Amino acid sequence: MGLVTPGLGLIFWMTIAFLVVWIGLGKFAWPSILETIKEREESIKNALASAENARTEMAKLQSENEAILKQAREERDVILKEGKEIKEKMIADAKGQAQAEADKIVASARENIETEKTAAMAEIKNHVAALSIDIAEKILKNELSDAAKQKQLVDNLLGDIKLN
Amino acid sequence: MQKHSIYKAFKPFFLLVTLAFLTSGSLLASQDSDVLAADSTEDATIESHEMHASDDSHDAPQAFNAGDMIMHHVTDAHDIHMFTLHENTPEEHHVTIPLPIILFSVDDGLSVFMSSAFHHGQAAKKRYILNHGHIYRLGENNPFAESEKLNATEALSMGYSEESLMGVFKGEPGAFFDISITKTTFGILLTVFIMFFVFISIAKSYKRSPNEAPKGMQSLMEPIILFVRDEIAKPSVGPRYEKFLPYLLTIFFFIWTANMLGLIPFIGGFNVTGNIAVTLVLALFTFAITNLSGNKYYWKHVLAPDIPVWLYPLMIPIEIMGVFIKPIVLCARLFANITAGHIIILAFMSLIFIFANQYGTGAGFGVSIVSLAFAIFMNIMEILVAFLQAYVFTLLSALYFGAAVEEHH
Repeated sequence: MGLVTPGLGLIFWMTIAFLVVWIGLGKFAWPSILETIKEREESIKNALASAENARTEMAKLQSENEAILKQAREERDVILKEGKEIKEKMIADAKGQAQAEADKIVASARENIETEKTAAMAEIKNHVAALSIDIAEKILKNELSDAAKQKQLVDNLLGDIKLN
Repeated sequence: MQKHSIYKAFKPFFLLVTLAFLTSGSLLASQDSDVLAADSTEDATIESHEMHASDDSHDAPQAFNAGDMIMHHVTDAHDIHMFTLHENTPEEHHVTIPLPIILFSVDDGLSVFMSSAFHHGQAAKKRYILNHGHIYRLGENNPFAESEKLNATEALSMGYSEESLMGVFKGEPGAFFDISITKTTFGILLTVFIMFFVFISIAKSYKRSPNEAPKGMQSLMEPIILFVRDEIAKPSVGPRYEKFLPYLLTIFFFIWTANMLGLIPFIGGFNVTGNIAVTLVLALFTFAITNLSGNKYYWKHVLAPDIPVWLYPLMIPIEIMGVFIKPIVLCARLFANITAGHIIILAFMSLIFIFANQYGTGAGFGVSIVSLAFAIFMNIMEILVAFLQAYVFTLLSALYFGAAVEEHH
């Protein structure tokens, strides 16, 4: 058995042994191992792809949500602003109306006062006139209570009247 | 879980290594008593033999011969030599595991017996004798034909025939061929057994739980299977890699397992991929597959390349030679790398004994520190080389297949 001379028996056994292991593993081991690895790789690839899809879907959804939220916020702002405006307007309107009403009430009150005042003045005038006549009557009655005084008055009056 | 599975996968190794340790332990313990040593080695599986003083080559204590020792370790043998007791003394024992001898001769057909029948070259069996690892057949009238005690040189001088396949085909008397289960054949069978055991079991676990993460042995092998598929087959062969993948995986794991088997100490030192017959067969398979699957572009490239016609007388012989040189190189590279690694480790070990013989035992101990350090370093290197050479062989095979099936547009 030299180092570099191949032995006949060894070539024989090696050929048989290698054929057996090649065919045997080629039939019972490699196909199932390689197929399973390939299937697993496919499933991992698919899982990764679907995860990526889910991620993009999620991102899309999120951005959509954000847009919706933003819109809602804007709408809310608009509504709030409008509400504020309406409130202010209503207050202003009410104020104006109240002022007008008040003015009207004041005006009518003033008018009433004027009328009452006029009426009161007229009444006072009448009273004063009546009083004056009463007083005059009483004075006259008093003045003319004796004949001397009546003669003096007639004289005075006659004196005033210039017989021309 | 994972540890347990790995242990299960390498159970045969553990058993063998343990067996080797146990037997060596019991034998060493009884070393001082010849009777005890003889008893314990007369076991069913472990055969010991007393070397006889009549053999002139073992007459006197021999000086350590590094070359012989190394060649003995790297070449094939008809038994698995574990160790030798009482070396260089008349009571020398070789403790070996005998292996089956299978011979076919023109004279009397098939003979099958265990290599222990040869008593390490001291006995003839059916006229066959073992001399320095070779089996010879003695002539019919040789007086030593069934001798239990013989001198090989003397017996061979009286006429013998050597192994000859052509002789058997021609029917020459005395011609025979040897298809024994040698140490290397045993290593091949062990490799095949390990591969079947590992890959059938992991194929089962793949079938059982197809969409789960790999476990135990599966997780050890899966990255390597993926490495062969994604780093060797896919880029080198091209789109039609799937057809060649089973072969590429088989050679990769065969070479790797055989290389690793050769690095395990105490189990007899298998040198499977460091045997040129083994690498030759592997290279021939690659050669056959390459040329059988070669398409018209491959053959056009070999026989009618796209070059000026006046270059054809130069190029065509080169291309045809290339077809044959490729497998020869594959064969030689693997054989040389693995054998060289073994030789280097053995040479470092030999240094200890050379120094001890030359300058005394103290020098041997001194050198052993350096030698061991280098031998351990080389062993670690060899673990790397074991993988690397499997990779290189598989990669080159894949490249040849790729060249054979490449489509030109």
